[in-house]
Amino acid sequence: MYEQMVKIRYYEDQMAEVYMEGKTPVFNIGAGTVPGEMHLATGQEPAAVGMCVHLTKEDTVTAPHRPHHHAIAKGVDLKKMTAEIFGKETGLGKGKGGHMHLFDPAVKFSCGGIVGAGIPHAVGAAMTSKMKGKDSVAVAFIGEGAANAGSFHESLNLAAVWNLPLIVVVEDNSYGISVSKKASTSVASNDLRASAYGIAGAYVKDNDPIAMYKASEQAVARARSGQGPTIIEIETYRYLGHFQGDPELYRDETEVPGLRQLDPITKLKMMLSEAENVSDADLEEMETRAKQQVDEAYQFARDSSYPQPEAALEDVFNS
Amino acid sequence: MLTGNKAMAEAISQEMENDLTVFVLGEDIGKYGGIFGSTQGLIEKFGPERVLDTPISETAFIGAAIGAAAEGMRPITELMFVDFFGVCMDQIYNQMAKIQYMSGGNVKLPMVLMTAVGGGYRDAGQHSQTLYATFAHMPGMKVVAPSNPYDLKGMMVSAIRDDNPVVFMFHKSLQGLGWMEQLDVAVDHVPEEAYTVPLNKAKVVREGKDITIVGIQMMTHYAVEAAKRLSKEGIEAEVIDLRSLAPIDKDTIIESVKKTHRLLVVDEDYLSYGMTAEVSAIVAEEAFFEMEAPISRIAIPDVPIPYSGVLEDFVIPGPNSIYEKVKKIMEDA
Ligand SMILES: Cc1ncc(C[n+]2csc(CCOP(=O)(O)OP(=O)(O)O)c2C)c(N)n1
Repeated sequence: MYEQMVKIRYYEDQMAEVYMEGKTPVFNIGAGTVPGEMHLATGQEPAAVGMCVHLTKEDTVTAPHRPHHHAIAKGVDLKKMTAEIFGKETGLGKGKGGHMHLFDPAVKFSCGGIVGAGIPHAVGAAMTSKMKGKDSVAVAFIGEGAANAGSFHESLNLAAVWNLPLIVVVEDNSYGISVSKKASTSVASNDLRASAYGIAGAYVKDNDPIAMYKASEQAVARARSGQGPTIIEIETYRYLGHFQGDPELYRDETEVPGLRQLDPITKLKMMLSEAENVSDADLEEMETRAKQQVDEAYQFARDSSYPQPEAALEDVFNS
Repeated sequence: MLTGNKAMAEAISQEMENDLTVFVLGEDIGKYGGIFGSTQGLIEKFGPERVLDTPISETAFIGAAIGAAAEGMRPITELMFVDFFGVCMDQIYNQMAKIQYMSGGNVKLPMVLMTAVGGGYRDAGQHSQTLYATFAHMPGMKVVAPSNPYDLKGMMVSAIRDDNPVVFMFHKSLQGLGWMEQLDVAVDHVPEEAYTVPLNKAKVVREGKDITIVGIQMMTHYAVEAAKRLSKEGIEAEVIDLRSLAPIDKDTIIESVKKTHRLLVVDEDYLSYGMTAEVSAIVAEEAFFEMEAPISRIAIPDVPIPYSGVLEDFVIPGPNSIYEKVKKIMEDA
């Protein structure tokens, strides 16, 4: 978990830098090495890692528009993912999808730009598991804003009625884009909504990776053993703007005490070295390995070529 | 001089002052001022009772706008990107577009649904479409797509005052946003007082005698750019800004092709079953014997908008593709 969290954080830090290449002096969102919107997940690593350590390649993950932490934790090919974000032909989608639209069927990962759209897809994956008599599970990651979309409510009802191995992880970072959770959501936390569907709910405080690990372990066991869906809500923090370049005029820093709390990666590191007696050398080795993989992925993306323009016409249909 | 988004916000603000039944609701339209700035400054002026930030619940808040309009209010609601229409299309085309008709005209829905369209900033298939034809195809709503700040203000005032549902499609590139490529055409002289621009009139933006180019929104600007280059080579293109998609101004188009005898239609929407087909069909039906060359059209070649810059530039028409196409039409003729 520690290594994954470091990898995600380092990946996102690099992305924040690369993203600005070619965009200045006047910020132009369409220009540079990585064009388009960029939603980074810095600070939200515990949600992805605490859940995904319990998953295998056979389990399905659907993620929203802020997908890098889930993708990395699920084991998406880091090189192809980065190449996709760079718009290169070696990317997961040959440069057609970009950062919000990453698809890696090899590890059953997908994400998309329409809020709430991934939840029913996870229902479909959970149905498939049940129909085929497997014990694989499906996890839909969403933001707390997405829990107000119709797809959330319809999907959970369906998963409950059909008793499917579905887990919805709600990452509560307090905001939709600028609209606060208080202003958008009728309950204090979305795990409370579980009772509306007659399913299990769990709440994880303080962006705590260990608590997330435990809540996820239970939910996955429940799903694998045919006991139905779970909603997990985790209190987490979006360190950056909604997207890179977000002026964040809506955000009052005093409203977000979590941003000043101990960073989850630092906290986990302290815990590992103090409570678990993991040596500094071991921690350092994990960090080095994580960073090396990320560096290689970025290098691969840089070295890859752009697609031929005419490739735009391909892939609408399977041949 | 105002940018497109300030022109829209000014129109809304003035109409809110004049008419207490006008209010705005949508995602991030309050403190944020709208992702594309169309509601900047409104919450400061009118407060959260008349400028309502909503949850991400498009079906509910667009449906609520319909319900309020039926009760005599004049809601303006924003669907952030037109691409998100999928989650709430029932409210738009089965409800908003049909209630007036099915009530035999007894229920009025004086509302505006505004939404951002357009590509060019590399945001891929779910954030870059125009979908003009999808909306214009459905009877029961007026659909407009203004191409400059003057029209954005004037048509917004008209849309708010109109007693029918109006879908108001504004182009991201024409909003004058600080975070997109800065285009000169996104800034314009805009009178301070409220004025109206009709919702059923196309506009000839450049006169010419050799060929008519019909453009929509950004494509109008690209057509003018191409026309300037063509002019240096002795080809005078007349450029029409379609501006109103439904109802469509047939007269202006027919009048123009009667003068030029050639037609190219340019659209940032998909080619098949789209606005280019509609305009072509109008001309084929009503001015067939006036034509001296086959009707031509350029649009997105029936693929979703791709992410990578090289791919997106290949599928979205630009001044170059218009220029080349006109050259070819003139040479063949
Ligand atoms: C159906 C739909 N409506 C609106 C949007 C625009 N949008 C993209 S992200 C976002 C906020 C999402 O908030 P949340 O679900 O809390 O996730 P977070 O961004 O905080 O991670 C909105 C409104 C969208 N992409 N899709």
